[in-house]
Amino acid sequence: MSIYIIRRLLLVIPTVFLVSLVVFVSVRLMPGDIVDLLLSEQGSVSVTAHREQIEELLGLNVPAHVQYFRWMRGIFLEGNLGQSLRSSDTVTTLVLHRLPVTLELGALALLMSMLAGIPIGIYSSIRQDGVGDYVGRSIAILAISVPHFWLGIMVMLYPSIYWGWSPPIEYVPLTEDPVANIKMMLIPAAILAMILAGQVMRMTRTMMLEALRQDYVRTAYAKGLRERTVIIRHAVKNAMIPVITLIGISFPFLIGGSLVIEQIFALPGIGRLMLSSLEGRDYTTVSGVNFIIAIFVVVFNVIIDISYSWLDPRIRNT
Amino acid sequence: MSSEVIGTALVSARRSRLADFTRRLLREKPLGTMGGAIILVMVFTAIFADFLAPHDVNQINIFNTLEGPSSKFWLGTDEVGSDVLSRLIYGARVSVIIGFSATALHVVVAVIIGLPSGFFGGKLDILAQRLVDAWMAFPSLLVVITIMSMAGRGTLQLIMVLGVTAGITHSRVVRSAVIATKENVYVDAANALGCTPMRILARHIMPNIMAPIIVIFTITIGSVIITEAGLSFLGYGLPPEVASWGGMLNWEGRNYMEMAPGLAFWPGFVLALAVYGTNMFGDAMRDLLDPRLRQLS
Repeated sequence: MSIYIIRRLLLVIPTVFLVSLVVFVSVRLMPGDIVDLLLSEQGSVSVTAHREQIEELLGLNVPAHVQYFRWMRGIFLEGNLGQSLRSSDTVTTLVLHRLPVTLELGALALLMSMLAGIPIGIYSSIRQDGVGDYVGRSIAILAISVPHFWLGIMVMLYPSIYWGWSPPIEYVPLTEDPVANIKMMLIPAAILAMILAGQVMRMTRTMMLEALRQDYVRTAYAKGLRERTVIIRHAVKNAMIPVITLIGISFPFLIGGSLVIEQIFALPGIGRLMLSSLEGRDYTTVSGVNFIIAIFVVVFNVIIDISYSWLDPRIRNT
Repeated sequence: MSSEVIGTALVSARRSRLADFTRRLLREKPLGTMGGAIILVMVFTAIFADFLAPHDVNQINIFNTLEGPSSKFWLGTDEVGSDVLSRLIYGARVSVIIGFSATALHVVVAVIIGLPSGFFGGKLDILAQRLVDAWMAFPSLLVVITIMSMAGRGTLQLIMVLGVTAGITHSRVVRSAVIATKENVYVDAANALGCTPMRILARHIMPNIMAPIIVIFTITIGSVIITEAGLSFLGYGLPPEVASWGGMLNWEGRNYMEMAPGLAFWPGFVLALAVYGTNMFGDAMRDLLDPRLRQLS
């Protein structure tokens, strides 16, 4: 077990290295000189003096590989992602400030999708090809197909037109007023949860159907166990393992989804930081946000892999 | 003469396989059939948009802006007086073009990465897989939006970005299909007969991984269409003058949507319908061709 964990952790090193390389190179590939852009916006007259100043400030006056090493050293030794081009804060401050909102939204959405998806999936599998199964499956496909940004727009528009009610858009931090905060997060989280809930439901159903056909389930029935016990103790427990992986790989999806949801519901999370930085061509922030999120995903995947091997001993030995 | 006979036999075998597949789809998968029908209607609308649209898409008419549904404008007009229905019809064209081209490109990318990685294994596989790992650590919407902000709005950029992104992710599916196929005895036999690796890939591996390839094709169309709409919604997809479903939903126009909610309702509705259709059809294809791919969901 511990050998497996160590091996898995070692695999993180090349991945993090490649992630950092992807982020660094993609920023290099941005068209147009950043310095030119900043200069033209300032409308400066003495271009040469300013150009050198800005290049030095951004650390662009040294070769690319030196810039990369500086960037890496800043991140790993000082926890510093660089200076935002548009704000007086460092990228680290900006990200840390916005991250809790997105994480809360994602965690709520994850919780909701499991609460909705797993029971419906189990029910659907027990009543395979029955009316309940068809209804459950249709709802799941519908949940996957409806674009969540459209649903968000509908929630913003129609209730305000017909009942004069609109979702709160003044953001209240969790630490200030937890009740008000959860209240305003619930609807965006539910919309974000929808697609994932459909996927969890479908995956649960498929895995349950497979588990229910296994020999150990037949044995459990033959032993005279109650159906409840067979389903919960024997089938569900085994069917849940791939569902956990699905939840693991859905993390990047939740981040991507919150990009859109935050925009509609005016939540000050990482998604809006990303969009406003892209708009302002604040490249250090863009690469900082991309890097941090990618690291989150990598760490999350390791946790999922390890818990997976803990749940399913067969994995460890391969 | 004899080769001709074999040739005809092969053609008829292939034809009957397609016919057989269609028969099974119609008989066993009513929802998949409905999905297929929705796709056909969408493709038809896309091809004949010029004839179907009652008005010019970009017609500006300041005298009837934000009108409700009428006999002249069935679904009303938008903030510059363009006909909503006509824009929806032309939007289908954009979705079909981007959906199908990006998905086709995605298959090519997935095969280019997945085939050698699975077939040759070794160092090449390890390197390729670590790169795919690193790539998959970025939420696809984040990657796509970053690249689009560099590349600029446009159809070609969207196709390239969406196709390559989805292709890298699905190279995993191709890779595992290749690895599974490689273990078959007929590959060993071909090897023993002295076939070159290229020939084994082309004649023995490729035909046997067609099922998963068709499946990833059908299940990707819907997600590509929805991502394209999401990007246009955020203002990073198509330029505003192009009539697209996502663009019609662009959040910049929320004040107009409050005045005429139909502006927001219809594009999302047809978008959801199109994605629903492709998802149902994709599901049916997967169940009929390769049920093992269920985990892909």
